[in-house]
Amino acid sequence: MNYNWNWHIFFEPNPTGSGTYLDMLVSGLWLTIKTALLAWIIALIFGTVIGILRSLPSKTASWIGFAYVEFFRNMPLLVQLFLWFFVLPELLPRAAGLWLKQLPNAPFWTAAIGVGLFMSARVAVQLAAGIASLPRGQKQAATALGLTLTQGYRYVLLPMAFRIIMPPLTSEFLNTVKNTSVAITIGLIELTGQARAMQEFSFQVFEAFTAATVMYLAINIIVVTGMRFLERSLAIPGYITGK
Amino acid sequence: MFDNLDFDVIRRSLPYLFLDGMSFTLMLTGLSALGGLIFGTLIALMRLSGYKLLGRIAGLYVDFMRSLPLVLVIFWFYFLVPYIGQWLTGASRPIRVGAFTSSLVTFIMFEAAYFSEIMRAGIQSISKGQPAAASALGLTYSQSMRYVVLPQAFRNMLPVLLTQTIVLFQDTSLVYVLSIPDFLGAASKVAQRDGRLVEMYLFAAAVYFVISCVASYGVRRLQARIAIVR
Amino acid sequence: MIEISHVNKWYGPTFQVLKDCTTSVAKGEVVVVCGPSGSGKSTLIKCVNALEPFQEGQIILDGIKVNDPKTDLPKLRARVGMVFQHFELFPHLRIIDNLCLAQEKVLGRSHEEAVAKGNKLLERVGLTVHANKYPAELSGGQQQRVAIARALAMDPIAMLFDEPTSALDPEMISEVLDVMVDLAHEGMTMMVVTHEMGFASKVAHRVIFMDKGEIVEDAQKTDFFGSPRSERAQKFLSKILSH
Repeated sequence: MNYNWNWHIFFEPNPTGSGTYLDMLVSGLWLTIKTALLAWIIALIFGTVIGILRSLPSKTASWIGFAYVEFFRNMPLLVQLFLWFFVLPELLPRAAGLWLKQLPNAPFWTAAIGVGLFMSARVAVQLAAGIASLPRGQKQAATALGLTLTQGYRYVLLPMAFRIIMPPLTSEFLNTVKNTSVAITIGLIELTGQARAMQEFSFQVFEAFTAATVMYLAINIIVVTGMRFLERSLAIPGYITGK
Repeated sequence: MFDNLDFDVIRRSLPYLFLDGMSFTLMLTGLSALGGLIFGTLIALMRLSGYKLLGRIAGLYVDFMRSLPLVLVIFWFYFLVPYIGQWLTGASRPIRVGAFTSSLVTFIMFEAAYFSEIMRAGIQSISKGQPAAASALGLTYSQSMRYVVLPQAFRNMLPVLLTQTIVLFQDTSLVYVLSIPDFLGAASKVAQRDGRLVEMYLFAAAVYFVISCVASYGVRRLQARIAIVR
Repeated sequence: MIEISHVNKWYGPTFQVLKDCTTSVAKGEVVVVCGPSGSGKSTLIKCVNALEPFQEGQIILDGIKVNDPKTDLPKLRARVGMVFQHFELFPHLRIIDNLCLAQEKVLGRSHEEAVAKGNKLLERVGLTVHANKYPAELSGGQQQRVAIARALAMDPIAMLFDEPTSALDPEMISEVLDVMVDLAHEGMTMMVVTHEMGFASKVAHRVIFMDKGEIVEDAQKTDFFGSPRSERAQKFLSKILSH
């Protein structure tokens, strides 16, 4: 392979004047993490609400849940980001649209909200499945004890359901991290974006992508290890979840 | 709020959007699914082969691919494929590879990791008695896989494989980052040329939505039918 | 025909499933293997065609050593038929294709030849009309008769039966046993793991009783039913014959 490797490139100054190429990549990594965390919070909040709606006996509620999930699942994430970024401001009243367009960090907020809502549909599906997997008697027992529906969910169903779906939620969180890279298309210069920028500035394609790859692998390993630890500390004695 | 919108731009660009863009998208989806399934099945067989080293390599490949964002993988292969081509053909310099070939290689390699997990689950869901009965009849390992285990695994997993293909169909839109005119790329080209972002992106969203909805409805129907037959 | 000598088998380092098993089945002989569940009888019969590996001892099948790494196992297995407890018909193939698959792929028969043979055997087990159905459309008894036909289609020199009736509803047992009795009367060499003592007393030449991985009793039929020597066999017989 006639390619000129230069692993020292990471310590050479980058043309934007913000330090070395490595600094560039690290700032991209931080942006990836920040975006992913905010998106994940959004995904958890909306996903929980929709997941509960899907599990309710009411026809209307489960239809709303179904429609929400189908809406966010049947469009490419990239297209959804375009809708939020390019289309929404145009469809709002002029003043609101203008305000949105001039928002500082617009790519960041759009990415976090867009990825967050996209992922919330998947969280909702997981949660509804988790609630459905609980024995029916649990809900009845909560009702029989005089708990209201809200209390039943809050104290009985959700704590168990979330423990059960911990493993799939871990991979959904990792999907959130990976999906933030799609926001490169609306100008978010996160990790993949910085690697691409480094490639364009320095022509050291494979070093740039190798570094980004290593960083993504590191995130994966850290999250998987951390979640395993969390799972163990939240595990309920005598109740086997997952494996 | 819709006063200054011009939806006629969609009608004018329909032939370009569908004959060029959508046919690229569908072709890429179909061939990637096929290639990913074949390659993924091989990986699954490696993992279940009982040869430790082979299984480890296959497992590492799957974990590796699934840890990376598709966008990064697209970039990787876009730059790597010319060198792979050079290596394969023995040419003196990196060969020029078309946009379609490059994306096809990317998606086959990427999806293989996901399809292999599905096929692995499918193979593991077949009761041990089936391969035992096959070998009791004198079938070799590969014959038993080919005629007894894999057809059943494939059939049982068909709904999941199709669902993954719908995800793949949506994911092909990411070739946008290479400025390749797939369906979304074509829509975006028209949008920018005519300054009609709102119309074109709304239309693109609607088209993806309808196709994916119809396809996943079909998969649900299929699933119900399979459930009854069993 | 089948020579089993000093076979020992362990699962893992400590759990011994077969302890020094020695016996033989002569050409044209029908041998019934019985014993309580977990006694190792199914394991023993599966060692005969090497579906289960074993660590010590040897089994010789028609002059060929089964546990010799140089033995072409597929070829050897093609010459002994096996019938499983759970039928193990291939659910994705029609009945006739279940009968043809190994004839074509292993014996290299033409499709026409295989179909002709298959139909002849289906007629023999009385299932001609079901040739084009799928296994799931047949009753358990019918499926097991197909499984016997499938094994016979390979023109086996011997037949192994692993509890062929124990997964069947009671009313279906006799239709399967009838086919097996006919086979025995034709002089087929048979090794049958079963609890059907009626079958044993009707057609078996010898009865082997196993317990805890050992062959406790290996006697002529009349001796076994007349006066079993071991206490364990007596207990077992009285339990089985009491109802």
